[in-house]
Amino acid sequence: MDHQAMMALSEVAVSIELETPEMTLNIGPQHPSTHGVLRLVAQVDGERVRDIKPVIGYMHRGYEKISEVRTYPQITALINRLDWVAGYANEIPFIVGAERLMELEVPERAQYIRLILTEMARISSHLIFCGSYPLELGAGTPMFFALRERERVLDLMESVTGGRFHLNFNRLGGVKPAAGAGSSTRKDVQDLPKGFYEGARDAMGRVLAVCDELDQLISGNEILFARTKGVGVMTPEQAAAYGVSGPNLRGSGVAFDLRKVEHYLPYDQLDFNVVTRHQGDCYARYEVRVDEIRESARMVIQAIDSIPSGPLQAKVPKIIKVPKGETYMRAENPKGEMGYYIVSDGGTGPYRLKIRTASFSNISVLSELMEGVLIPDIVAIMGSFDFVLGEVDR
Amino acid sequence: MPFGLELAIKLVVIGALIPLTALVLGYAELKISAHMQSRIGPYFAGGRWGWAQLLADGVKFIQKEDIIPDNADRPVFKVAPVLVMISTATLFVILPFGPGGGFIVRDLNLGIFYALAISSLGTIGVLMAGWSSGNKYSLMGGLRAAGQLIAYELPLVLAVVGVVIQAGSMSMQGIVEAQIAQGWPYVFTQFVGFFVFLIAGLAELSRTPFDMPLAESELISGYLTEYSGFRFLFFYLAEYASMFALAAIASTLFLGGYGFWGVSASWAGPIFFVGKILAIAFVIIWLRWTFPRFREDQLQSLAWKWLIPLSLANILATAAFKVVF
Repeated sequence: MDHQAMMALSEVAVSIELETPEMTLNIGPQHPSTHGVLRLVAQVDGERVRDIKPVIGYMHRGYEKISEVRTYPQITALINRLDWVAGYANEIPFIVGAERLMELEVPERAQYIRLILTEMARISSHLIFCGSYPLELGAGTPMFFALRERERVLDLMESVTGGRFHLNFNRLGGVKPAAGAGSSTRKDVQDLPKGFYEGARDAMGRVLAVCDELDQLISGNEILFARTKGVGVMTPEQAAAYGVSGPNLRGSGVAFDLRKVEHYLPYDQLDFNVVTRHQGDCYARYEVRVDEIRESARMVIQAIDSIPSGPLQAKVPKIIKVPKGETYMRAENPKGEMGYYIVSDGGTGPYRLKIRTASFSNISVLSELMEGVLIPDIVAIMGSFDFVLGEVDR
Repeated sequence: MPFGLELAIKLVVIGALIPLTALVLGYAELKISAHMQSRIGPYFAGGRWGWAQLLADGVKFIQKEDIIPDNADRPVFKVAPVLVMISTATLFVILPFGPGGGFIVRDLNLGIFYALAISSLGTIGVLMAGWSSGNKYSLMGGLRAAGQLIAYELPLVLAVVGVVIQAGSMSMQGIVEAQIAQGWPYVFTQFVGFFVFLIAGLAELSRTPFDMPLAESELISGYLTEYSGFRFLFFYLAEYASMFALAAIASTLFLGGYGFWGVSASWAGPIFFVGKILAIAFVIIWLRWTFPRFREDQLQSLAWKWLIPLSLANILATAAFKVVF
């Protein structure tokens, strides 16, 4: 055999040797870090991800369909279960949308109570993220610090509403009286429980303190930097193309916050900043959320200081019928933009309800971001998007 | 003493020491992590401070059904935990608890060489466990453990070389005696070696920040995913026993072992030794509950780009000092 043929042959041999078959790795629906039942089907070459496909639908509960045969007050109980770590925030866009269809003027005190509870829901949702994201990266301790203070926030919400996760506290035209206060038709009805103002101020101080504690514990950690900086970079264009919203969008440098855009709650009376980071990587998304906790805590304190007195409930008929019409109402939820498209035919329940959830749009970008990363980065990127499967599947 | 009797005594001592150290360190991990996380930790088992928690866990593990997956390579699956345990148990042979023959199973004159050689045997067991489980996550965990071995083994060996040069001996007791004669432990002269040894040791133990082979948020539980019951208990015991063994080797090489600032009393030897081991073990546990996890490729670059050059420079400096002074 001449030299050239031998070279050719040896090259063939080498190329055969180096060929490694791709493996299909099924991640989820039962997996420690898929936030519920997301399933990812990954084609991996060793640890390198060639292709990844999210599969959803393991938690479909048909809330949009069931809403067609429920009344408006009943639906708030259902939609609490969409994003269950911030149940209260889900009620707001729906109830405000229905109120706009009815052209109800909601008393200002009720709006402030809604705002306080919404921001508390945001704090508790972001605290879960700030605890569970380091856990997904292998650091277990921040979880306990974050959940310890979240417990205080939940206790406060419980003292107002009687519920911890699924508050179901809104009514069309206002909010319910505080837990244990009795009938709202009484004149001397108690709207917020005794000690709420001091308790909330104290809890917000603790929340601000735990943010600093988390910063000391983990935020400047070199290993956290190595795992999250420059990983899963999402450009503003990508974010816009996939309809990503909320802290994930702001982590890519787009200062878009519905609290500043839509006036669904008296946010314009409070002084707060829209937190942004321009890097667009996992660390930026983490930082945005830590800072949003601080902003929300400041907002709650401001709202407590400036809450007006007055009635809790606008006058509404006994049997609530929403006039014929349709509306789309969106709000800045902890996970991003949540919207309800309500079509009413004049009955006691909506004719059709379309729910736009933030997590659904947010995870659609995952397969693009995860191409070519390593398996540990899947977890880092997935965790940094902070989605909830109850919201994805509805 | 007849050979048979001596052998029997030593076997019993090692056999008792492994579960004992694993229980103590396992309990310490539970309690220390709890207090770091504003929890109480085990509280009820045993009546006080939950001291019997791990005994209860052990009993529970033994009672569990022995599950072997259908896809598993049965003989390999069964041998793997035993192999991991053996590699840990044989490490205990050269741990010097005090001066003289009564405090060590066998003072090999190649003691530290033997320890380094044996300690990497466990990875074969891990690789076997990962391969035989018939599970992709297990396989990846096993392969990560093997990849990790290549990364940390060199710095680990190179870090020890400095000590060996300075002590002029590879026997474990010889190294301790050299430190006692010198009057201060080697950690002051070999601090680079100590640093590298601890980092590489963490990687060898597969503990945070190098717990990629287990990585519960990525690989469920890595090579342990399919193990349960008694076989899982074996891995668990081996993990903590080898943590003890590694801390013991580190304290022998760098902290003066059973000696204490030039003091060497045979009765106090084990107390000093165990005290130093527990101090190192505390640091290892502390790190675990503080740090996130590295990525596999980041460990490789850390080992090859930083630890190996660092330990090579350390060897060079140590050798130069040895020649000059």
